[in-house]
Amino acid sequence: MIGPLLVSLYIFVLAIFVGFEVITKVPPLLHTPLMSGSNAISGITVVGALISAGAGETGLSAILGLIAVIFATINVVGGFLVTDRMLEMFKKDKTRG
Amino acid sequence: MENLANIAYLVSAVFFIFGLKGLSSPKTARRGNILASIGMLLAIVVTLFDKDIIDPTLIIVGVTVGGAIGAYSAKKVQMTAMPQMVAIFNGLGGGASALVAMAEFFRMVGQPEINVSITLVLSLLIGTVTFTGSFIAFGKLQGFLKSAPVSFPMQQLLNILLFVVVAVLGALFVLDPAVANPLLVIAIIAAALGILLVIPIGGADMPVVISLLNSYSGMAAAMTGFVLSNNVLIIAGALVGASGLILTNIMCVAMNRSLANVLFGKVGVAEGMGPVGEKKHVTRYTPDDALVVLENASSVIIVPGYGLAAAQAQHVMQETASLLSDNGVKVSYAIHPVAGRMPGHMNVLLAEANVPYDDLYEMDAINDDFQNTDVSLVVGANDVVNPAARYKKESVLYGMPILNVDHAGTVMIVKRSLSPGFAGEDNELFYDEKTMMVFGDAKKILTDIANLLKSS
Repeated sequence: MIGPLLVSLYIFVLAIFVGFEVITKVPPLLHTPLMSGSNAISGITVVGALISAGAGETGLSAILGLIAVIFATINVVGGFLVTDRMLEMFKKDKTRG
Repeated sequence: MENLANIAYLVSAVFFIFGLKGLSSPKTARRGNILASIGMLLAIVVTLFDKDIIDPTLIIVGVTVGGAIGAYSAKKVQMTAMPQMVAIFNGLGGGASALVAMAEFFRMVGQPEINVSITLVLSLLIGTVTFTGSFIAFGKLQGFLKSAPVSFPMQQLLNILLFVVVAVLGALFVLDPAVANPLLVIAIIAAALGILLVIPIGGADMPVVISLLNSYSGMAAAMTGFVLSNNVLIIAGALVGASGLILTNIMCVAMNRSLANVLFGKVGVAEGMGPVGEKKHVTRYTPDDALVVLENASSVIIVPGYGLAAAQAQHVMQETASLLSDNGVKVSYAIHPVAGRMPGHMNVLLAEANVPYDDLYEMDAINDDFQNTDVSLVVGANDVVNPAARYKKESVLYGMPILNVDHAGTVMIVKRSLSPGFAGEDNELFYDEKTMMVFGDAKKILTDIANLLKSS
């Protein structure tokens, strides 16, 4: 019988391996969008921020939650949009086959 | 309901993985990014239905403010300023993770379990270091902080000492998690550590730092995931952590430096100083001379460096290249992994200037082609084409993989002056007899060449 912590640890370690497998296949051509895109994904912490901000607490916890929501939302929204803006610019040469 | 939410989070995680998978080709990359953002939206919407969310006021305020700032800056940022932008976003992500960990602590009823308290300390530490470190990186890249390394006596010792203090305080907190004080001190020390760890790193090494901070921001998110027992944070954080580590490693290999050397080596002090040595002969050429050589070539490989972007010459570079192709010259671009200010930066800058991506070749793919090429045209690059990297053992460049521009029939170098690059190593290629040095501003020279091509 393994506890919930150990399950999470399993998930963490396996996800790192998945990350290595997937990311090594990204060509250097796309390393900047990879960075800004994965950066947006790390904004997933917004999920925690939403709960902290919405828990109906007053005082410090709520203030920290609000700032966390702002930070994480900038990270998520800005990250995905700027990645899209970059990827839109990558075009194949139409004049040749 | 809780199970449903967790299934939705799992779906989000799958979207993130498919999203990153999409980035393995420029054809599917945009779709991949959209998939990842759908995954994020799903996670956010599901969270809004969480039983713990009672009052949405702060959420609405936070999302509106954050969303507006994020969207505005994503739309406005210059592509040359991309490294700064990513640095800031990394910092905000890390900061948010640290804040969530703290907020969670204050919200806790009763004492946290040992696994929660350990990951809480880690989340706070990594998140805060990422936050302040990223802002220093931003300052160095943006130019309002000195980009040269800042060092003082016993700097390493101080850092080690601070780490030890954090470890002790962390242990104290884990033993008695009812008291908040150790956490606050950890946050303050972590903030100082973030600054202290980044100031001794020179501006030229920022690609490594940003990649590493990218990894940290992921790790911070994963640790927060442990605190909240939320698996989507753990998976997403682990993915980003792995991604940042891979990029960090690629950058280190491309500069032939170990990570430790980048972080603590204080390289970059000798900026623009370098050995001048004996007076060597340099032949100066004009854009007209360059035109004759380029027009008579059947193949040209362009080697762009950050100097090209600094001179805002990408667009006229592309114009020149397409005029040459119209004249039947085969033109391709060779991109060194450290060209630009962050991994892959030069590719984005050229894509913005409408250079088709199938003309862009990475170093290993094109290095053997130089020997069959008439002209290699180096614009705003230096260290990455310096032959000293191949044989000069005492040079800092020694062992760094370089582009074999000297194997081409003629080497044409567009540059402001003979000054050495970031590494401070004089470039013998400038004095080679098959090298044509065209001195001046890259944009002006390329414009001249383009105009001459149009009129000829």
